[in-house]
Amino acid sequence: MNEEFMGYQRPNGEVGIRNKIAIISSVVCVNHVVQQIASKIKDAVPITHPLGCGQFGPDYSNTLNTLIGLGKNPNVFGAVVVGLGCENISSGLIAKNIKKSKKPVEYFDLQEVKGGSPAAIGKGIILGNRISEEARQMKREPFDFSHIVLGLECGGSDSISGISANPALGIISDRIVKFGGTSILAEFTEWIGTEHLLIKRAIDKSVAEQIHKLLSGFLENLKDLGINFLGVQPTPGNIQGGLTTIEEKSLGSIAKAGKSPIQGLIQYSEEPKGKGLWLMIEPSLDVESMTGLAAAGANIIAMTTGRGSPCGNPVVPVIKLCGNPKTCEWMAENIDVDVSSIIKGENSVEELAEVLWLRMKKALNGEKTQAEKLGFNDIAIWRNTASPFQYMHCK
Amino acid sequence: MLKQSKNYIIMNQDDNCATALEDISKDSQIQIRESSIIINHNIPLGHKIALEDIRKGDLVKKYGHTIGFATEDINRGDWIHIHNLTSQYLKEVVKI
Repeated sequence: MNEEFMGYQRPNGEVGIRNKIAIISSVVCVNHVVQQIASKIKDAVPITHPLGCGQFGPDYSNTLNTLIGLGKNPNVFGAVVVGLGCENISSGLIAKNIKKSKKPVEYFDLQEVKGGSPAAIGKGIILGNRISEEARQMKREPFDFSHIVLGLECGGSDSISGISANPALGIISDRIVKFGGTSILAEFTEWIGTEHLLIKRAIDKSVAEQIHKLLSGFLENLKDLGINFLGVQPTPGNIQGGLTTIEEKSLGSIAKAGKSPIQGLIQYSEEPKGKGLWLMIEPSLDVESMTGLAAAGANIIAMTTGRGSPCGNPVVPVIKLCGNPKTCEWMAENIDVDVSSIIKGENSVEELAEVLWLRMKKALNGEKTQAEKLGFNDIAIWRNTASPFQYMHCK
Repeated sequence: MLKQSKNYIIMNQDDNCATALEDISKDSQIQIRESSIIINHNIPLGHKIALEDIRKGDLVKKYGHTIGFATEDINRGDWIHIHNLTSQYLKEVVKI
């Protein structure tokens, strides 16, 4: 167990595998300003989104907690938060909370800078460059795998994912947990039908009860809305690909999380309360899920894809593994690990898990993933306030 | 995880179905667990093959776990899909 990776020590004890400067929009109105600032600073990434004002209830908390979490992510050396000045999710509130991780953070609002957006871009570049110069003094140091927080993700799944890429990732998730690290599984609508198995893996009764409440509550809500889940999942594409029941689909999906015990449930973008395997309450859109995983502190994300997905994250490297030989060839530029030899019958799942492990270690040590090389900086934040607008349709 | 031969994979030794790793034609034979099975239907890539006779109401297992129950008798070598398998979870646990 003497394996190590080279990472960046953060002041709060966490370890990053990248050394990014996060330029964060507190509100949609300054997205352009943030993109311009980030494009002029070494190792800076823009964190932009269509939200930040007029939000309430869980939507408000999700946006606020996600932006704070992305700034606190261990792959971020420091942050500049830009606001407009009249929004309810303010740059100051985000910055104050990121500062709890003891990293350098600056913030300002565009309306307070004389000269409008061009002047704000100039100000942001000066602040960002100051942090970037400090960041360049950092050197990678050796750390053990207990510092890894692995985000588990799948997107564009097909019937092959569940028998190839997902179980291979499950082996690696178990390994991270065995080494004292952390792993997070999101996308709870893809756990439906496996509730009894997840409950068996819960570390205690209260965690088991939380899992039951979440899944049964969701199905009750669907019933109340008059939606028959049997007609929703598996999808027509899944059925065409050979998936017959929701149990079968979900078993393939939860295979990503291996066999480790479940420590507990966390809210969207919430940091796990300890090491081991955690479940995050998040419905299942990949970019939304990866944003939540990054905000929860994942320093690396592994995403399985069958039909092919190009998505990435501004602060967390995303490794793509694919079990479908056609997709591996057709979208080779978007795939990091080709595990299609499983379905060609040439390699076992265990053998391909080792290929993933080697690729993941390279990514931890700084080698860019395909999503990083191609510049994918996708952000989507889960909106889950019950909408007071839902009965306002025009007739 | 058991080792797979060329054109199918069995995810767990307790499973009573295998998954086709390529399109397998009707009447072809596959070697499974030291015996051969004659395939009764065309099985597309990613779809399931019955490894044993499964009675109506019996559970179908993949990954070592139940993925549903048979809605009609299934013979060894048959194609298993929505015409003969349905969700046990939604029908019997959630009772949708």
